[in-house]
Amino acid sequence: MSDIRYSEEHEWIRVDGDVGTVGISDYAQGALGDVVFVEMPEVGTNLDQNAEVGVIESVKAASEIYTPVSGEVVAVNDAVDGDPSLVNTDPLGEGWLFQVKLSNADELDGLANQEAYDKFLEGLD
Amino acid sequence: MMNRQGRPSQAAENTSRTTGPTSTGHKALDLSEPLIFEQDRPGQTGVDFEDVPLSRSRLGGLDRDQSIGLPGLTESQVVRHYTRLSRKNYAIDMGMFPLGSCTMKHNPRLNEAMAGLPGFADIHPLQPTSTIQGALAVMDQLGDWLIELTGMPGVSLAPKAGAHGELCGLMTIRAALEARGDARSRVLVPESAHGTNPATAALCGYKVDSIPANDEGRVDLEALKEKLDDDVAAIMLTNPNTCGLFERDIVEIAELTHAAGAFFYCDGANFNAIVGKVRPGDLGIDAMHINLHKTFSTPHGGGGPGSGPVTFSEALVPYAPGPFVKQAGDALTLDEGFEPEAIGRMAAFHGQMGMFIRALTYMLSHGGDGLKQVAEDAVLNANYILSSLQDVMSPSFAGPCMHEALFDDKFLKDTGVSTLDFSKALIDEGFHPMTMYFPLVVQGAMLIEPTETESRESLDEFIHALRHLAQSASSGKSNSFVAAPQYAPVTRLDETQAARKPVLSYQPPEVDAAE
Repeated sequence: MSDIRYSEEHEWIRVDGDVGTVGISDYAQGALGDVVFVEMPEVGTNLDQNAEVGVIESVKAASEIYTPVSGEVVAVNDAVDGDPSLVNTDPLGEGWLFQVKLSNADELDGLANQEAYDKFLEGLD
Repeated sequence: MMNRQGRPSQAAENTSRTTGPTSTGHKALDLSEPLIFEQDRPGQTGVDFEDVPLSRSRLGGLDRDQSIGLPGLTESQVVRHYTRLSRKNYAIDMGMFPLGSCTMKHNPRLNEAMAGLPGFADIHPLQPTSTIQGALAVMDQLGDWLIELTGMPGVSLAPKAGAHGELCGLMTIRAALEARGDARSRVLVPESAHGTNPATAALCGYKVDSIPANDEGRVDLEALKEKLDDDVAAIMLTNPNTCGLFERDIVEIAELTHAAGAFFYCDGANFNAIVGKVRPGDLGIDAMHINLHKTFSTPHGGGGPGSGPVTFSEALVPYAPGPFVKQAGDALTLDEGFEPEAIGRMAAFHGQMGMFIRALTYMLSHGGDGLKQVAEDAVLNANYILSSLQDVMSPSFAGPCMHEALFDDKFLKDTGVSTLDFSKALIDEGFHPMTMYFPLVVQGAMLIEPTETESRESLDEFIHALRHLAQSASSGKSNSFVAAPQYAPVTRLDETQAARKPVLSYQPPEVDAAE
C-alpha cells in the first residue's frame, strides 16, 4: 500500500494496486466535532476528481465530502454507517469512508504527502 | 379496563412521585416535572361507562380493542404540567434573545390588541369579500408599505415564511426564464448564505454553485465573475450578509447578474438592518422575501407563525403568485392572479392574516421615520456590543458591523474552552446563548444580534456577562465551562447521542403480561 496522500479539502487516500481508500483527516474530524451521520456515494458511481460525493454531518455542521481522485466507487464503509463515531475515533483507519478504483493514477502526484499536509495545516492557524 | 371509547371504566390507585435530591424531587420553586405520559394513571380523567353489553356494533368489526395511548390526568394536573414546563423555558418576554441571524425582537402588545379585534380575529377567508373589507384593506395597505419600503413595484403576500418566500421567488424567476425559452441550470449562492438558499435552489431543480467569501467576509467579486455565465438562472444573496456585513459591491453584482441574463434574488432576512435607509429595488434586486417575523416584529421562534411576503421587480411581476387585493369600484376585491404566465397559488387562502395585521400595526405605530430609526438602532446596538467586547473576544472581521456582531473562537485558543462550552456557560449567567457555529465560513462562530428593542441596561448586563466569561476562560478556569450549565433545569445534554440515536416518541415501560 502506498503512503498516505492528502487533498486541500482534508480527505486522505491510500492506494493499494489500483484501488484507493479514502477518508477524512484527523484535523478535519477535530474541526467538525462529533460526527453523527455520513452520506456515502453509491457503489458503481463514476467520480471526477474533486467532485462532491457525499456529506458528513456533525453536531456543528454538515460538510461535503470530495473525492481526491477520479474513478469508480467500488466499496463504502458500512461500519461507519452504523457507527459514525468511527470517523472521530479512528479517522485514518476504521473510519475510512469509501474505496475508489483509480482511473488516473497521475492525480496522486498532485496530492500532498504527510509532511506537506502538516505544513499546509500550520498555515491555516 | 378500557371501554370501546378507549376510556377507563374503573378508578386508578395512586402511586408515588419520582424523587430527586430533595424528598419531592423539586428544587424550591424550580419544580421537577416528569413527562406527561409518566404521570399517566388510568382513571384520573374520570370514569366512563362500561360498554353496554347488548349494544350491537355497527362498525363492521373495526371496533377499537386497545387503549388509544393517551395519558390519564386530571384537568388541574394537565394545566400544572404545561405551566411548569413553560417556567423552565426561556422567552423574549423573559429576557434578551441574542440569537444572530434570527432577529428576536420584542413583540409589541399593541400588535396583539389589533390582531385580537373581532373584525380581524373572527372572520373566515371564505366569507364574501363584501363582509371583510377591513381585512382586505389591511392586506392592501401592508402591500403598499412593502412596495414603498423596497422600491419594488409588485408584491405577493401569500408565502408563509422566509423559506417559502425564497421558493416563491425562485419559482417566479424560473417561470420568467421559461417564458423567454431560456432554460438555465445553475444558481449561485455565497458560502455564508442561510442553508435555506441552496435548499430552495435545489428544490426548484437548479444546481447550486457556491461563491467563496473574501478575507473581508463579503462575496469574492472576481470568483463571482468567473462563475457568472449564460447558464446561471439567478444569484441568491443576503444583504447585509450573515457575517453582519453590508455587501458593498451589490450594485456591481446586480449589473453583472443582469448583463449575464440572470435574475438577482435577495434573501431579505436581514432587511431589519436597512429598512427605511436603503430601497432594495434601487440596488437592482429582482425578488426579495421579507420576514415579517423579523423586520416587522410579529412573533418569532415558537410563537409564530412566520410570514414571508415577496416583492418583485417589473420583469417578474407578471409571473408572481396571487391573490392580489384590487380596487373594484368603491370596494376591494381579491384577484386570484390566475393569468396563464403566473405560477399560481403558493398557499391555500391569502397568507398569514394575523401576521399582516401585526406587521401593519408596527409600521403605522413607527411611521416612516420610526422604521428608519429601527434600522439605525439595530445597527447601533450591534456595534455597541462589538466595540465593548473586541478587547476580550475576537471579532471575525474589522468593524463596524451592521445589525449583528460576529466573533470567532480565536480568543478561546489554548484555553480548553470551545464555542459550545462558552455558549452553555452563558445559560448559567441567565441569558439565552448566541447563535453558534454559524455562519460556517468562520471557525467556532458566535453570532450576536441584539436588535433595536434592547435597552442600554440590558445590553450592558449582557456585555458584562460575556466579558466575565471571556476573562474566566483566558485565566484558565475551563472546568466551570465544561460542566456548564450547572444552574439550568437540565444540565449539559448529550447532543451527539441525541443526533446519533434519537428517541422521537415516548417509549412506555414494558407492560405486565397479566394486565
